[in-house]
Amino acid sequence: MSDRLLVSTRKGLFTIERKHGAWSIARVDFLADNVTLALCDRRDGRTYAALNHGHFGAKLHRSAGAGWEEIAAPAYPVKPEGLIDRDGWGKDIPYSLLEIFSLETGGPGEPGLLWCGTIPGGLFRSRDHGASWELIRSLWDNPKRRKWMGGGTEWPAIHSICVDPRDANIVRIGVSCGGVWETRDGGGAWACRADGMFAAFMPPDQGRDPDVQDPHRLVQSPSAPDRLWAQHHNGIFRSDDAAQSWVEVTDVPPSSFGFAVAVHPKEPDTAWFAPGVKDEQRIPVDGKLVVTRTRDAGRSFDVLRAGLPQQHAYDVVYRHALSVDETGDRLAFGSTTGGLWISEDQGDHWRELSHTLPPIHAVRFVD
Amino acid sequence: MARVVFTANLRRHVDCPETEADGATVREALDAVFATNEILRGYVLDDQAALRRHMGVIVDGIALRDRRALSDPVGPTSRIYVLQALSGG
Repeated sequence: MSDRLLVSTRKGLFTIERKHGAWSIARVDFLADNVTLALCDRRDGRTYAALNHGHFGAKLHRSAGAGWEEIAAPAYPVKPEGLIDRDGWGKDIPYSLLEIFSLETGGPGEPGLLWCGTIPGGLFRSRDHGASWELIRSLWDNPKRRKWMGGGTEWPAIHSICVDPRDANIVRIGVSCGGVWETRDGGGAWACRADGMFAAFMPPDQGRDPDVQDPHRLVQSPSAPDRLWAQHHNGIFRSDDAAQSWVEVTDVPPSSFGFAVAVHPKEPDTAWFAPGVKDEQRIPVDGKLVVTRTRDAGRSFDVLRAGLPQQHAYDVVYRHALSVDETGDRLAFGSTTGGLWISEDQGDHWRELSHTLPPIHAVRFVD
Repeated sequence: MARVVFTANLRRHVDCPETEADGATVREALDAVFATNEILRGYVLDDQAALRRHMGVIVDGIALRDRRALSDPVGPTSRIYVLQALSGG
């Protein structure tokens, strides 16, 4: 049971703790700075915080004693003179770190190994707790990478990294827009694994092209790793064969559009979503903020609203802002309007911790 | 030696006191500063070593022209201001 929650916001990193049955803000770091992600490495207890200063670029900090130290941020290689490298829209890809968009630990037997997904589409690995980073060239140099496009962000974004619990050499990533990619040899060779997904935003004859899919978020069941869930731009997809194929989950009330998904750590058929009106609006349906939950692999859904605002709520839950703890009982999510809610009963009831936080990018339980 | 002054907005994030640096160009002068302050480099320059999009440099009252190679000349008594451009939010 996790009693600690890292909340990354536009104006700082908030640590929320549960003491004597009540949750409260225990600590604020990087106050007034844009913290886009945070990660606590359960292998060694280190915490990482990704910042984006805008004018001054994206940075990475690591906990050190009671404070923090700035460490190397992933850096793109020098772009060869004369090289033409355009994205799927035909725009010149900048060879520069624009944002750290995903950060995950390697396997339990890989101390200090971190994976980092970035905008504009580079995947990086560190083997030394973030002291240095290498661009995964085999993916960056894959010709299909140039089919990737910006979606919600201007440039392609690697937002999800799933290290297979059975074998840490198997890693799957979600790219918006670029589908799902898999390596089975620790980053040597890569293949796109988005068969079955479809993109309504593309011309009809390209809608099923795996390389241009827009999964918004990808999660893998820890207890049955062949099961993956994807909240996609055009709906919810499920894989039962380790991303070899995907099937759409249909008839999802009140909407299958959204950014976030979380899967129960022990029950692969149980997953939660934060729905909204589809892409051209991106607000809660009818101004009512809800979380949806399936317990049967997507055949049916519960619409969970107890404790959530049910009128004039325009909160959007970003892709990294819904988290479940290691027991599967505690959930938390944060919104673009600074709302933070916690549930201790799998989403049946929610408690508002605050509705005056800065816009929330990411929420993550510390297990 | 040229005088190099960094915006106070930058000093909030990284230690970068006013300093002196040798160099015939902005690139050389800034590289001399970054040689002893590697973290600072990434706040001013992007991954291609060009000036960050929303940063500005003014040398003796004139805005930097070569934002990519930073080849603008610097004299021994020049004052180089590294500023946050009023763009980009």
